[in-house]
Amino acid sequence: MEALPTLETARKLGLLAEEYDQICQILGRQPNFNELSIYSVMWSEHCSYKNSILWLKTLPKDSPRMLAKAGEENAGLVDLGDGLACAFKIESHNHPSALEPYQGAATGVGGINRDIFTMGARPIAQLNSLRFGNLATDRTKWIMRGVVKGIGDYGNAFGVPTVGGEVYFDDCYEINPLVNAFSAGIVEVGKVARAISYGVGNPVFIVGSATGKDGIGGAAFASEDISEKSTEKLPAVQVGDPFQEKLLLEATLEVIASGHVVGIQDMGAAGIICSTSEMSAKGEHGMVVWLDKVPTRQPNMKPFEILLSESQERMLVVVEKGHEAVIQAIFDKWDLNCVQIGEVTAGERLHFYMHGQLVADVPAESLVLGGGAPQYQREFKEPAYYQEFKKFDLATVPDVNGPDELRQVARHLLAHPNLCSRAWVYEQYDSMVGTANVNATEPCDAAIVNVKGTNKNLVLTVDCNGRYVKADPEVGCAIAVAEAARNVVCSGGEPVAITNNLNFGNPYLPEVYWQFVGAIKGMSRACLKFSTPVTGGNVSFYNQSVPKNAPASVESAVFPTPTIGMLGLLEGWENKMSLTFKQPGDLIYLIGRPVNDLASSEYLYSYRGVKASPAPAFDLDYEYAVHQVIKALISGKLIRSAHDVADGGLFVAVAESALHGQLGGQLNLAPAGLRHDAFWFGEAQSRVVVTVAPAQQAGFEARLAQLNADWLALGQVTAQPQLTIGHDLILTLAEAAELHLGTLPGYLG
Amino acid sequence: MKFGIVVFPGSNCDDDMVYTLGQLMGQPTVKLWHKDTHLQGCDWVVLPGGFSYGDYLRSGAIARFSPIMEAVVAHAQAGGPVLGICNGFQILTEAGLLPGALLRNLNRKYVCRNVYLKPVSGRAALTAPLDHQRAYQIPIAHGDGRYYAPPKTLAQLNHNDQILFKYCDAQGQITPEANPNGSAENIAGVCNAAKNVFGMMPHPERAASPLLGNADGRPLLDALLRLQPALVG
Repeated sequence: MEALPTLETARKLGLLAEEYDQICQILGRQPNFNELSIYSVMWSEHCSYKNSILWLKTLPKDSPRMLAKAGEENAGLVDLGDGLACAFKIESHNHPSALEPYQGAATGVGGINRDIFTMGARPIAQLNSLRFGNLATDRTKWIMRGVVKGIGDYGNAFGVPTVGGEVYFDDCYEINPLVNAFSAGIVEVGKVARAISYGVGNPVFIVGSATGKDGIGGAAFASEDISEKSTEKLPAVQVGDPFQEKLLLEATLEVIASGHVVGIQDMGAAGIICSTSEMSAKGEHGMVVWLDKVPTRQPNMKPFEILLSESQERMLVVVEKGHEAVIQAIFDKWDLNCVQIGEVTAGERLHFYMHGQLVADVPAESLVLGGGAPQYQREFKEPAYYQEFKKFDLATVPDVNGPDELRQVARHLLAHPNLCSRAWVYEQYDSMVGTANVNATEPCDAAIVNVKGTNKNLVLTVDCNGRYVKADPEVGCAIAVAEAARNVVCSGGEPVAITNNLNFGNPYLPEVYWQFVGAIKGMSRACLKFSTPVTGGNVSFYNQSVPKNAPASVESAVFPTPTIGMLGLLEGWENKMSLTFKQPGDLIYLIGRPVNDLASSEYLYSYRGVKASPAPAFDLDYEYAVHQVIKALISGKLIRSAHDVADGGLFVAVAESALHGQLGGQLNLAPAGLRHDAFWFGEAQSRVVVTVAPAQQAGFEARLAQLNADWLALGQVTAQPQLTIGHDLILTLAEAAELHLGTLPGYLG
Repeated sequence: MKFGIVVFPGSNCDDDMVYTLGQLMGQPTVKLWHKDTHLQGCDWVVLPGGFSYGDYLRSGAIARFSPIMEAVVAHAQAGGPVLGICNGFQILTEAGLLPGALLRNLNRKYVCRNVYLKPVSGRAALTAPLDHQRAYQIPIAHGDGRYYAPPKTLAQLNHNDQILFKYCDAQGQITPEANPNGSAENIAGVCNAAKNVFGMMPHPERAASPLLGNADGRPLLDALLRLQPALVG
């Protein structure tokens, strides 16, 4: 008999002393090494949400459309009407991508898609949200090339289009890049598979890839700060095989359609132990599992390795007894492993055997979120920088000095890594497989994907400006939700629900936790306003580096980045709205209010070099009102294009519409009383650029008056391929295109 | 005209092909499973895009050994029409049904975007009915799309009028800038000497519906219906 592990071992596995005591109490004895490993991964932040769940519970979860609410299933489930539902979710793979960008990102894509198809939903669209460090460093180039290729190679072979996303750069992401992957799938209501296990005697199968030593302890690894020692954890990064995933997708959907599946769950973080415990706890049954039956990639794997392995492309399936042959035949057809490794038992304990010997015996309930897993109330404290940022005085920044500097700033922004064209990235993704991507020839503020065979279209976007959230977590996160909703509305859709990916630093730092709490509050407020409940998502803490010779602090954490993935719905095509200029002679208008605000703008941050300023001007009620105006203009057929004013401000928005439409713009001078830089480059929220056919002008303005909306005539779309302000030529379209398109290839090849 | 769409493990444009030929064009379609050995009386055989068997070795290298391919080769040799798109084109070259090979894109990156194609062959059934002065906007999506053939083969392709499409710009000019992957002579698709086996990298089925904002691929697919199988060969 091996000696039982000590508290010291528990600590090495990432458990706290009080957690070790709690485990002893639950088991009524000291845990053996397998059991200790089980608790260490299941109680890691990644699986247990122990430091976030109390706040996550405060988020709005309800709407008449919700079929599965946050935390109930692998992903949220939203009713689309006519018997169809959409399962959608976003998830991070930040830590693996920091060490092994290609596999880290690839397996992130694989994992999120399994979350969708394990529910019986066929994925129809993928998006991603990426953050990298300084594009000029070799490390960032290496990470970015690997991440983009990893996402592309996996998603392209898997055969689901990648239809949208976002990429930002800032020094704060140098050590800790963020890789958040989003997927949305469609399932018929009533045919949804559940992650549950019940029915004594029902067989338990493992299907898909064989189990190897990759990714052991990955969940625990994702729950600590990144340090020089992290590269020693390379085996904690999993390896992806999109070909297996494609076969697993088809086989899984066939098996679910057979009607003989009791429950099914993909194996992601914490592998077999996670699926067996979560399914058993939900079904209030136990399970006996014979670990030696699990197909492995290498001989002599130890029980804890088999239990914790995060090998990809695997599922746990509980089948109705007597129908094993049906399931086996389907996996045989797809040439996939399908092996019975256990059965459902009465009681609520999990018994794991290896060659007839009991190697772990734990109550399922004690392992899982919502059960025995710990939940902590963390302390939080306002960081000193917050008040400093608020002291920003616009008067200390000089306005742009005449047309020359206006031109200079325009060039700076159009070519800036944060604002330039993302073609280098998205052209490496198959965006059109599935023949459902409605904006393959004409971009919209959000991606529009048809639900095949219906008139329904999903309107999808991922948004977050971490700089705003750092400046003011509550306002910044509300802006992230507002911008997502604005993108959906500008595309002609109706915002329906969100999923979130909460990327933060170390939650044990009170200043970091303050950012988290603020973001949750802001998200709640905005989601209530837009009637977009939170259907689930993912928390990624520890996106934090430890500086040499100094302790970790809020300043060595990434920008708090609560990425919002929003689902909108567009019924029919009538109201589809794109962002491109359409016809020379069309009138350009700004909907919303121009204000003297430069706070947290790219212009202020990177052109003026002022890093400390509050979040941009934002009023949630006003934002909502602007959305209603845009909806009315679209449904009234009064506008030809709509593009929200976001990062880079008004000038960048106009330039993007011009570039995509291959038409120029003749713009009026900034209105009297406003700074030129604030008017053209400020990032105050709640503004949209629209174009109007001349024949519609009277009707358009009358409607705006009726709606009591703020608006401003900006100028005119021109055939002449150039952007002018007043009498000054700012850029020809050719120059703008070169600046805009050249940046990423210039850095990345 | 009955279409058989072959499903290899890893095919991912099979459903798109069935949808376009079946739903949009009203043709009878059937999926042919890679482990099967007969073609179920299909007039046309289509090898769709995707990553057959993962394409880890070399694109199309394993798929050509699938049981179904014996039947496809026999069908082609008997003069039956076969179309391969993207991975399907790669498989047809691996199987020796089409000349040349598809190499890694010159910039070593996967590329997905709309490109323009100019129909070339005046005699091939796929391109004969098309407007040869026009540039058709059709998307590509591949990592291994650089068409290569030795000079002698290229000369034969030209001589026999076997080049289906060349990459061009929006105005129909065949320029080096319009070549997205480094293909020899900007070649995007070819047919065999008998003109019953067709292969192309671009995806006409992804540009066959006005709802997607692009129906330029539809005339290409409509051309398939004009080919009378009995007359081929």
